[in-house]
Amino acid sequence: MKLLLKKLQLHLGTFHLELDLEVSGQVIGIFGNSGAGKTSLLEVVAGLRKPTSGLIQIDDQVFMDTGTRLFLAPERRSVGYVPQDLALFPHLSVRKNLDYGRKPESSASCSINPNHVVEVLEIESLLGRSIADLSGGQRQRVAFARALLSSPRLLLMDEPLSSLDHDLKWKIIPYLQRIRDEFKIPMLYVSHAPDEVAALCDQVIVLRNGECLRTSRPTEIFETTTSMVLKPGIF
Amino acid sequence: MNADDAQVIGLTLGAAGLSTLLIFPFGVALAWLLARKVWLGKSLVETLVALPLVMPPVATGLILLNLLGRRGPVGEFVKNVFGTEIVFTWKAVVAAMAVMSFPFLVRTVRLAFEEINPRLEQAARTLGAGPVRVLWTITLPLALRGMIAGAVWSFARALGEFGATILVAGNIPGRTTTLSVAIYNDIQLGQDEHAYQLLCISAILAFAAIVFSNQFSRWGGQR
Repeated sequence: MKLLLKKLQLHLGTFHLELDLEVSGQVIGIFGNSGAGKTSLLEVVAGLRKPTSGLIQIDDQVFMDTGTRLFLAPERRSVGYVPQDLALFPHLSVRKNLDYGRKPESSASCSINPNHVVEVLEIESLLGRSIADLSGGQRQRVAFARALLSSPRLLLMDEPLSSLDHDLKWKIIPYLQRIRDEFKIPMLYVSHAPDEVAALCDQVIVLRNGECLRTSRPTEIFETTTSMVLKPGIF
Repeated sequence: MNADDAQVIGLTLGAAGLSTLLIFPFGVALAWLLARKVWLGKSLVETLVALPLVMPPVATGLILLNLLGRRGPVGEFVKNVFGTEIVFTWKAVVAAMAVMSFPFLVRTVRLAFEEINPRLEQAARTLGAGPVRVLWTITLPLALRGMIAGAVWSFARALGEFGATILVAGNIPGRTTTLSVAIYNDIQLGQDEHAYQLLCISAILAFAAIVFSNQFSRWGGQR
């Protein structure tokens, strides 16, 4: 996947996101401290926020270009979005959550086998349950499955593991790695945790105060001591 | 309870039910606009909707009388187009109840919409749902409890409406006399015993409406 953000500007009160970058990778991490603009960038790519100006392009698909007044609505972008709070629909069962964005298997835009998703994420036993009955880790897997079943061209993950404790987080990361390796869907992965980014991403965009500090491979940004930490001088 | 009482109860229930049905779609639509959108004149509309809550009901009745009367803009229009009059008929009872209970509906439903996490609607959009499908499959079902509660509260408010009704519909036995007006009438005429009988009926109806609302909320919470 090639992500192109050209002269992108978003103003939210006193916060300004200003990006001009091009980065390629299968899983691109968006890394930075709180308030760096990670979630805002993801929302802009999803079409949930409208920037003041700029161009957003994923491979050959232009999502937005103020020069030609193009703005694709979120439902026309084919992105699978997993927000921080997962946003599972509480009034629908797990099965109906999964069906919500699912493309009919006969349609040309359906590239995902639902049974395969259910198998990979091990959620078959959860299908009849209500969302309120799921544990934290189960909710995570259902949210990933729902996003996958919409047959997206791009997955957008906004700190999906931030609410989990350390042990549970490391039980879920292998599922994300399986999503990455089995379905080959490009992913933008927001996190402020170096170990998550290093485990999943092949490229990283480092943000600070709404600006891109650098884009690199994770090994160029993080170093392993007892745990994964930032190399000196990154911020 | 005699035949006149049955007629009074029937008129009161019928008018309150009809007024609730009439205002429901407009109230839900306005509540959604107030909860979810930013638009020019929003503050003015918010204030206008809340006015019947704070103004004396008789003053609201006087405004209605001027609007709906034979020479009022609405009354004249209705007379010319439909050949019927509103004031001092059952239609005026419905209109007074609708205006007085509208703020209850809008405020309750607006709160219900505001309590819905916008992320759910955003997630639905990214899953390929357009704005209409999101409204129909996410927003309205999640606001259902609030919508029903709003309808029940506005129905209960309409049952007890007095001040605006007496001004715009009067007190015509068999035509515009509602439960509240009948109780007032009995007290004025010194028929206290009958007034208390009607009071009991009025309390039972209000009690039933609140019990229904609470039961529905519990059911919705368990879904």
